[in-house]
Amino acid sequence: MKGLIVEPSPHRAAPITTQKVMLQVIIALLPAAIAGCVVFGVKAALVLVTCIASSVIFEALCRKIMKREQTVSDLSAVVTGLLLGMNLTSEIPLWMAVIGSFVAIVITKQLFGGIGQNFANPAIVGRIVMMFSFTSAMSTWAKPYWYKESADVITGATPLASSDGVEYMDLLMGRCGGCIGEVCALGLMIGGLYLIITKIISPVTPLAFIGTVAVMTAVTGGDVVYQLLSGGLMIGAFFMATDYATTPLTSKGKLIFGIGCGLITFVIRNYGNYPEGVSFSILLMNLLTPYIDRLTRTKPLGAKPAVKEAK
Amino acid sequence: MKTLRGIHVSHDKATQDCETAAFPLPEKVIIPMSQHMGAPCKALVKKGDTVTVGQKIGDTDAFMSAPIHSSVSGEVVSVEDFLNSNGSVCQAVHIKTDGAQTVCPDIKAPEISDKQSLIAAVRESGLSGLGGAGFPTHIKLNYDAVKTPIDTLVINAAECEPHITSDYRQLIEEPTAVIEGILMVQKYLGIPHCKLCIEANKPKAIELMKEKTASIESIDIVTLPQQYPQGAEKVIVYSATGRIIGEGELPSNQGVMVMNVSTAAFIKKYADTGMPLVSKRITLDGSAMTKNQGNYIVPIGTPIQNLLDYTAAENPQMVLYGGPMMGITLYDTMQPVLKNTNAILAFKEVKLPKTTDCIRCGTCIRTCPLNLMPVSIEAAYKAKDVDALKELKVMLCMNCGCCTYACPAHRNLAETNQLAKGLIPRPAPKK
Repeated sequence: MKGLIVEPSPHRAAPITTQKVMLQVIIALLPAAIAGCVVFGVKAALVLVTCIASSVIFEALCRKIMKREQTVSDLSAVVTGLLLGMNLTSEIPLWMAVIGSFVAIVITKQLFGGIGQNFANPAIVGRIVMMFSFTSAMSTWAKPYWYKESADVITGATPLASSDGVEYMDLLMGRCGGCIGEVCALGLMIGGLYLIITKIISPVTPLAFIGTVAVMTAVTGGDVVYQLLSGGLMIGAFFMATDYATTPLTSKGKLIFGIGCGLITFVIRNYGNYPEGVSFSILLMNLLTPYIDRLTRTKPLGAKPAVKEAK
Repeated sequence: MKTLRGIHVSHDKATQDCETAAFPLPEKVIIPMSQHMGAPCKALVKKGDTVTVGQKIGDTDAFMSAPIHSSVSGEVVSVEDFLNSNGSVCQAVHIKTDGAQTVCPDIKAPEISDKQSLIAAVRESGLSGLGGAGFPTHIKLNYDAVKTPIDTLVINAAECEPHITSDYRQLIEEPTAVIEGILMVQKYLGIPHCKLCIEANKPKAIELMKEKTASIESIDIVTLPQQYPQGAEKVIVYSATGRIIGEGELPSNQGVMVMNVSTAAFIKKYADTGMPLVSKRITLDGSAMTKNQGNYIVPIGTPIQNLLDYTAAENPQMVLYGGPMMGITLYDTMQPVLKNTNAILAFKEVKLPKTTDCIRCGTCIRTCPLNLMPVSIEAAYKAKDVDALKELKVMLCMNCGCCTYACPAHRNLAETNQLAKGLIPRPAPKK
């Protein structure tokens, strides 16, 4: 007898893979992404396609140049590209979107070692770098369903910056200005719920994040529903504050992370110079994640406190 | 019922309705002198000696050990070094069978009248835990009743590993031996309560045992949830009694003794006949086996190749001692059946999953029955951070394999935990 496989136990594995996890995230993002394309037309679709394609190409090139195993098939670059695109305005020049993908994939993700090793969410860093670099292009918004009208394609403000005459129902269905993937709150909630039901993400982070914003808004006498449905809160809470690599591991850690994100978002939205604070809040909490992880370790069953050794 | 976390694996108990049959006597047996935890035995026979069934052929003065007996009658052809599956080397007695199965004339039922005579008899029987870990049973029975009084005997019939049905057949075929074995242990050790724990996927066994113990007040039948690893010692104690075995503690520290169901039944059978542990009920199954899958009483020392031939195994790529979750892979099919073997599984067309980079999803933490953090342990192991490994309590890991099983990146987390244990210096033995 020859060629018996000798390996450590267990000798069975669950049928789950990283690729399948990422595929679920992509599926969950689709309702909001499609809604964005319906609202903003073919331009929006072009931005999404550009971001996904450039992210995948940058990932493949990086792995090749660094002589590392090719990881494009795990689909994480597709998720990053899609998320980045959904965080941009449909009016963004495509070459800027490519630079955003470069920052996200090459600088934030691959230079730190690739999937699971990055300290900050690649799509968020990409978006923030673009916001500082191309401020006016990043805040030029298309009117919803502009392609059905003849003139007045460009509008100046998102609902968060100016709340003139926007109804809750418009926010829910995406009939408002904003980033491609942010406008349809309903689509984002459906996707988030899907990820929670399929146990891809824990409900703790989005609940803590959205809950904190809601409570703080209510306490200060703001319009709670309006704050929840507008801007990047839904996409941030469900899809970016739940990124595995850059958020805490345990439920206790996720709770702290979510509350922190909510507080920072509330403070920036209400007292900061920027109308939107979701990206900054998640980035800041990303930086705290290693510390949160250290402070929120689980207590193993029957563990006893370490006895200090006498010296 | 409060229970610890775990995973759901397919049960694959295809052999559960296969009545136990006697396995044909092999031409030759290989009996290693180390078959369980503790010190190896020294061979008492030499080349050319004639041996009989039940004759003691290995023993030691070491406390933590149990003697070894011949499973066949025949002639010793050699005593040579043998490489165990755990990597250690010990002696092994090779015996050519004569087919007569002459029983050793010294064999007679032992006289058991109190705790000490029970412990002495169990030591002489060569019994070690039949569930898999193989802890010498006489040491477990010889606990200090003053320092650590035991009030509950937990009988482990969870059989949570896929494929294996030998303990199930023990319950179905010899329920009386199980119950009388339990009552013997309870009587001589003075343990008032017994909880016989069976996983919910064995409704027939649960019903049968409930019926047979209806008039016995001291024995409760506990239905365990269908979740791996219900049969792990700490998990079954928690499920059955709600007690937590602390770090560095034995079940006796919590007033509990855990015993496998076949171990209990063997004690009764030995008390009746005096025939030591020379054969085992074993499940033969797996995708490579093409016929005769089922449960067999197999002489200890039977080469696994004989079992594979009998079941017409086709191109087996992986052969296991035990189940797919915690079983040990064989490096050679001439390795023998041991005292703690409960199944031999052979699989063909094995596809090993590809390991990819950790995505920090935390699934390993959410599946660990003991609430450990394999993802953090792996990071600390890579950094050789001994202090972090101590804080993360890696020494508690029981290697159940839930983390590796559930990992989407298919990282060998359970293996890493065992490697990480090696980095932690052990306390110097007390003088």
